[in-house]
Amino acid sequence: MTVRAILVIARLNGRIQDSPLQKIMKRNFKIWRGDKNGGQFVDYRTNIEPGMVVLDVLHRIQAESAGDLACRWNCKAGKCGSCSMEINGKPRLSCMTRMNSFKEDETITLQPLKTFPIMRDLVTDVSWNYRQKEKIVPFRPKPRDADGNYRMTRDDVERIQEFRKCIECYLCQDVCHVLRDQGGKDQFVGPRFMIYLASLEMHPLDTADRIPAIRKEYGSGFCNITKCCTEVCPEHINITDNGIIPLKERVVDRYFDPVMWVKRKIFGV
Amino acid sequence: MNGQARGGYQSGVAVTVRNDTWWISPLLTFLGFSTFIIYSTWSALQGNHYYYGSYLSPFYSPLIFINPYAVGSAPVEHAWLGAYPSWWPTFIPQSPAFLILAFPGAFRFTCYYYRKAYYRSFALTPPGCAVNPLPRRDYRGETFLLLFQNLHRYALYFALLFIVILYYDAFRAFVRDGRWGVGVGSLVLLLNATFLACYTLGCHSWRHLVGGRLDCFSCDSLSKKRYRIWQRVTFLNERHQLFAWISLFWVGFSDLYVRLVSMGVWRDFSTWGN
Repeated sequence: MTVRAILVIARLNGRIQDSPLQKIMKRNFKIWRGDKNGGQFVDYRTNIEPGMVVLDVLHRIQAESAGDLACRWNCKAGKCGSCSMEINGKPRLSCMTRMNSFKEDETITLQPLKTFPIMRDLVTDVSWNYRQKEKIVPFRPKPRDADGNYRMTRDDVERIQEFRKCIECYLCQDVCHVLRDQGGKDQFVGPRFMIYLASLEMHPLDTADRIPAIRKEYGSGFCNITKCCTEVCPEHINITDNGIIPLKERVVDRYFDPVMWVKRKIFGV
Repeated sequence: MNGQARGGYQSGVAVTVRNDTWWISPLLTFLGFSTFIIYSTWSALQGNHYYYGSYLSPFYSPLIFINPYAVGSAPVEHAWLGAYPSWWPTFIPQSPAFLILAFPGAFRFTCYYYRKAYYRSFALTPPGCAVNPLPRRDYRGETFLLLFQNLHRYALYFALLFIVILYYDAFRAFVRDGRWGVGVGSLVLLLNATFLACYTLGCHSWRHLVGGRLDCFSCDSLSKKRYRIWQRVTFLNERHQLFAWISLFWVGFSDLYVRLVSMGVWRDFSTWGN
């Protein structure tokens, strides 16, 4: 007997109920509308069908009642990082937030990212992040082997592959309280760029020394490792444990550990 | 447009648009840590009922000086330096725990997991993700007053020493009056040393020192060995929070067990029959 047949019999026997979201239903939304000069929450009500995500709802509202509602999106597959916003107060990708993850009677609140300047409605200006990346010393590989190739083993690069999953949605930057609430944009580059730095610093072929800059210009000491960046990452990158803390430990090696200092003086490593 | 806060965000401590129960975790952390701090401080100040048969409370190990006249104290030959000297200042309690608890305390205080936990639960910076923190005029993170957090690895070195000592105590708990045996207390102390070892060996600084600081794991035979160790430490590191809580609870319970058995409140079931 196939699984499908078993499910049909179970449904006929009343053992499996259809999900309430198998039918079309009206849901309430509260969306922030405005620009850099101010704005307000506006209430919307629209039909939700099975399988919809928050971004689908925004498109439906645009089509039905708010053609001028601004939101940024691109791939609708959780890979471009464009549709970041705050959904019921949590930084999330709207294309990856399913409507059936909310209670039936819950009003869903949508806001622009708090950390970045508002352009319009749900769209923010994230260009501050691009300027942080420009500050970082890029990959500087060592010379090629005699046969003209670079060689690395899988064990060497496995660790940094995790950081390369980043889609630059900037949800981690948004939730980082140093950038979000403490006015630390001049002192700390934020978690996204800490893992970018980790991917460079841990690269087996890279030769650049960024440790002094990680401590000073990039501000590793401003992170107090409360791990919110890790909690919101849609790619499940272990930003704090695998990226930021290892960088902090490398800074300790260089500046705060007297034994390492003596070791460097004697052995040069 | 009217004058609502930009983006609809309000100011104020712990204000958020989140409608889930984000506050439960910091609240439980606050209550858990507070309970442990109050109990461990009280227990350390007692200076008595820390020894029974061959069981030594982990709060009191190693014994540097002891007061042999205290109720439920260890025999004087168990102390590294014997009885408290006559010149011992009266304002410092004659409790062996008082001399050693700073070391495991420093390890936990500077631990990367505990930092996350108490920055959220006690310092409210921030209390939860996307929740307004306690306002600070000049946030400096760990660059100024908290710079000492960078010395976590030195607290780790002491913590590693304590693991050896606690395992020694645990194995001694299987021998009483020259006879091998086992009691509930022996198992409690053995589990205590094991949980603490799992917590300590999953430390982020340890993970860095054993191999994380290398960029190339395959460059020489020593690096390859360090990579294997790093992988095993990473396994524990991924469960660091879990072992932080288990070991915290169990070390407190171990002290309570020895204390209550020593006081005669609980009976220790053992093969020695007493």
